[in-house]
Amino acid sequence: MGEIFVLAEHRQGELRDVTFEMLGKGQELAGAMDEPLTAVLLGHSVDGFATELAKQASQVLVVEDERLEHFNSAAYQQVLAHLITGRKPSLVLIGHSACGMDLAPSLATQLDLPLVTDCTGLEVEDGQLFAVREMYGGKVSARVAFSQADTYMATVRQAAFPFEEGEPLGGEIIAVDSPLTEEIKSKRFIEYVEAAVGEVDISQADVVVAVGRGIKEEDNMSLVERLAEALGGVLAGSRPVVDAGWLPPDRQVGQSGRTVKPKLYLAVGISGASQHVVGMRASSTIVAINKDPDAPIFKVAHYGIVDDLLKVVPALTARLEAR
Amino acid sequence: MEIVVCVKHVPDTTETEIAIRADERAIEKRGLVFDISEADNYAIEEALLLKEEFCGSITVLTVGPPEADETLRMCLAKGVDKAVRLTDEVFEASDSYATARILSEAIRDMDYDLVLTGVQADDDGCAQVGVTLAEMLGIPHAALVVSTEVEDGRMKLHRELEGGLHEVLEIELPALFTIQTGINEPRYASIFGIRKAMRKEIETLDLGALGLAEKAVGEAGSKTSLIKLFIPVVTAQATILEGSPEEVSSELVTILKNEGVV
Repeated sequence: MGEIFVLAEHRQGELRDVTFEMLGKGQELAGAMDEPLTAVLLGHSVDGFATELAKQASQVLVVEDERLEHFNSAAYQQVLAHLITGRKPSLVLIGHSACGMDLAPSLATQLDLPLVTDCTGLEVEDGQLFAVREMYGGKVSARVAFSQADTYMATVRQAAFPFEEGEPLGGEIIAVDSPLTEEIKSKRFIEYVEAAVGEVDISQADVVVAVGRGIKEEDNMSLVERLAEALGGVLAGSRPVVDAGWLPPDRQVGQSGRTVKPKLYLAVGISGASQHVVGMRASSTIVAINKDPDAPIFKVAHYGIVDDLLKVVPALTARLEAR
Repeated sequence: MEIVVCVKHVPDTTETEIAIRADERAIEKRGLVFDISEADNYAIEEALLLKEEFCGSITVLTVGPPEADETLRMCLAKGVDKAVRLTDEVFEASDSYATARILSEAIRDMDYDLVLTGVQADDDGCAQVGVTLAEMLGIPHAALVVSTEVEDGRMKLHRELEGGLHEVLEIELPALFTIQTGINEPRYASIFGIRKAMRKEIETLDLGALGLAEKAVGEAGSKTSLIKLFIPVVTAQATILEGSPEEVSSELVTILKNEGVV
């Protein structure tokens, strides 16, 4: 009988949310497949994490090694290849995160396992595992099958599955000797660098006006600047606007940028890709202006205006300034 | 520095309505405008910047049909030295794994210091080909690279993590990096460059030329298969305000006042 592996992801002394989201989903799949759920923890001095994980898993495998203190895909790959080869889990779940994206494809290739990335759904039907994932920036969903294998691997989209703490499972904590033998020289972790925060901290603002790809040209940025001013808010943006250099990186809202929860979040010309939405969905009131009625941003917005932002933004600014 | 860049010619669907083909295995591509995948465009620019600093040459590779030459020519026009298209009917329906296999056979015998890809393609968004390819080539890799710096035979780079955090690491060459958008400012090709690129030859390599077995590519060589595509149901939560820009603005301001946010 197999088991389901969930790779615990941690950074700077904290277990990351995706770990618990995967354990929640893993629990459901473990039920469907009648297999135990195993959290796999790699790190240095991580006893506290092991105790926390044991509440959500049938067992916790802990590999303690000072070379595992910070994530290094090369070290993780060696250790996980050793564990997977030895224990032959039926499914390995890894976060579709900066760690998982650096690790899962090479690990799956080394072990010749089928891998489906960035899954937003995983289900067992007649004993077969299927994945659901998005394509074309979320405009299309795909149901994907894995080719026949003893072990399947999936990376799981961050914040795609809810986590609710249930009854503690009281899993057994099992220490496993580290298979690492020598220092990994080909790839070395040096340090973390925090993005500098400029004079405006968007995560502290009550009103955030966020602009996306729909703004089209840099010249149009002054329109949203004026709107932000009229609302007494700060200007932020989604990834394409920051990539284009129209806003500095500390103004980026989303997974790789900052998370905000203002009283009012006004999304202007933002389609609402999941990587953006995770950074703003906790805002109290969300208003979206987008000319595409099918834009996913309308799934999270409370109020929507389906029209050309170049027309709506000046009208709204004028209305606010006339107050 | 010898650099290989792998790119993908993809439909631009950011502002288009998408229809699923009748067999539910692909989208309807007629009428769509194709271009280089966004992150790959940054990978090309990063290669050009490294070449400007350290000399050497750049080869661009793609797996795709003849139409993908359009993307390859644009890369040549920007200053890429050589373009190769890996093409064969049996390559169709290759998943990320099989695509990486095709690329790895083309790159294996080349002389290279660095292989670059985009973090992920705009169409399937798997973020899988680059890191898979590195493993097949047996070289170290880094995904989500947002800055590169050469330091005596090694590279120092930043990887983008979550929440505005970067990871700094050092990696030995040869290596493969998947390049994240925003790392640089991709240039536009000059008219002169475009003219020159028109006359350049694009090499094509098929299954036989790559020495691949038919079962290693396409559906047979894939480890995953698309069962069906569907359009996700957007259950709009939002109360949609209707009317002229002035009317909706006035209504919105009233709502925001009532909610106490302005």
